[in-house]
Amino acid sequence: MSAYADLVPVNILTGALGSGKTTLLKELLRAPRLRQTAVLVNELGEVGIDHHLIEHATESTLLLENGCLCCAMRDDMKTSLKDLHSRRERGEIPRYERVVVETSGVADPVPIAYTLIAEPVLMHHYRLGNVVTLVDTVNARAQLERFESSVKQVALADRLVLSKLDLADAGEAQALRPRLAALNPAAPLLESGAPDLDPVDLLVADPYDAGAKAREIEKWRGRLAAGGNGRATRHEAVEAHCFTFDGALDWTAFGIWMTMLLHRHGDRVLRIKGLLNVAGLPGPVLVNGVQHIVHPPAHLDAWPGADRRSHLVVILDGLAIDTVARSLEAFNAIANPAPAALGRGVEGNPPATVRVSTQCADLPLASRRLKNSDRLKHKVK
Amino acid sequence: MCSLCGILAGRGHWTESSANPEVFAGRHQAHTVGRERQQRARILNVVLAHYGLSVSDWAGSRYVLRSRTGRSALVENLNELWAEAEQLLGRPCDPLDPSLLSDLTRDRDVGTVSHPGT
Repeated sequence: MSAYADLVPVNILTGALGSGKTTLLKELLRAPRLRQTAVLVNELGEVGIDHHLIEHATESTLLLENGCLCCAMRDDMKTSLKDLHSRRERGEIPRYERVVVETSGVADPVPIAYTLIAEPVLMHHYRLGNVVTLVDTVNARAQLERFESSVKQVALADRLVLSKLDLADAGEAQALRPRLAALNPAAPLLESGAPDLDPVDLLVADPYDAGAKAREIEKWRGRLAAGGNGRATRHEAVEAHCFTFDGALDWTAFGIWMTMLLHRHGDRVLRIKGLLNVAGLPGPVLVNGVQHIVHPPAHLDAWPGADRRSHLVVILDGLAIDTVARSLEAFNAIANPAPAALGRGVEGNPPATVRVSTQCADLPLASRRLKNSDRLKHKVK
Repeated sequence: MCSLCGILAGRGHWTESSANPEVFAGRHQAHTVGRERQQRARILNVVLAHYGLSVSDWAGSRYVLRSRTGRSALVENLNELWAEAEQLLGRPCDPLDPSLLSDLTRDRDVGTVSHPGT
């Protein structure tokens, strides 16, 4: 079995209709480092990406028996990715190093991620790379108010890229930035067309890429720590929260808690991203979950600095954060039945007790609140 | 693929250190897969006691989930365990359920959660 890091990463490029996904993709694919990229496009049309393998796929989602939309297989992805792999192995097409899936404007990225992780053949050849979400600066605030798909695309992103900045007035961009940072404090906010927009950062650098791993995790840590200093949000039903843990977590208890939480409430846990101080380990462990789907953990061999606190960002849809925090504490405490006796902690780690604090301050809502009917719900489209 | 049941082998569950050896290779303490599975069963039994269920390791590869009425199910990982537990119970297993949290925190100081604005 291939190591997870050796699998071909599949990056998902998503964003509302007309947000500039294909324009961005064309720009990115000019980079020499991205030359060996296969592209799957959901929307037929003038793509015009030269020198790259382009495949078109028609969206079709297979809903599984449990009826959960995020645990649905994207049949088109399954077929297209298997076909790509077969042709690559037969030498009919060049050996691509990564895949970019450009979704349609209304697509939910989660079934694509689920297909990669759960499909018995694909799971041995592909892994999920970055979810890059294009945000149309001119229309984004209205889209976030009106469309659950837009909220979800932002919440699920590993990278947020603002487009059409040249068409938007400065006030619109200024109002949008804190809104996006509040909805997804773990994702960097980049600008399409900016000279410093690095194609490698968008489509190559992720926590599983050997060359970028340490830098990527360190950047994560900085963003998560900044999020804990009061930049999170209240978006009516959809809320991002930052937890900071002072003590080491028990990995087994954390896994039991998170699987139970995602099993029961995965449709309402849009994202969990965090860098954890795990008892007994010399370096941090990175966890990354999208609804019911969890990446294998990644790690660093050692902490990059003296700060060994754990940071966890959770983006919830209608769940009470205080109950989630209390639940995590209770599960972690099971693993440490006599915390006072463990006061000295494990070598290199703080004591094995944990205190959870949700230090995020609420940001005032920039505009009208979402109505209850706008809450994200499971809908079979 | 398992030659006995014909099931395709998965990648291993993300919670299991044996499925992610590169992540957990640097553990300070002596660690074995068996000890980890025992610890998992111990923590699970504290939680499952609330529902009248129990779990034990089965040959180091599965877990046996049992109800007090004698019903049982064999599960491979935690995802399957929660699904089967709900099947046996006929009701949800919710980690946010106040009565479960009350049971888990009884006689235990798990600290105070501070909230925004407090």
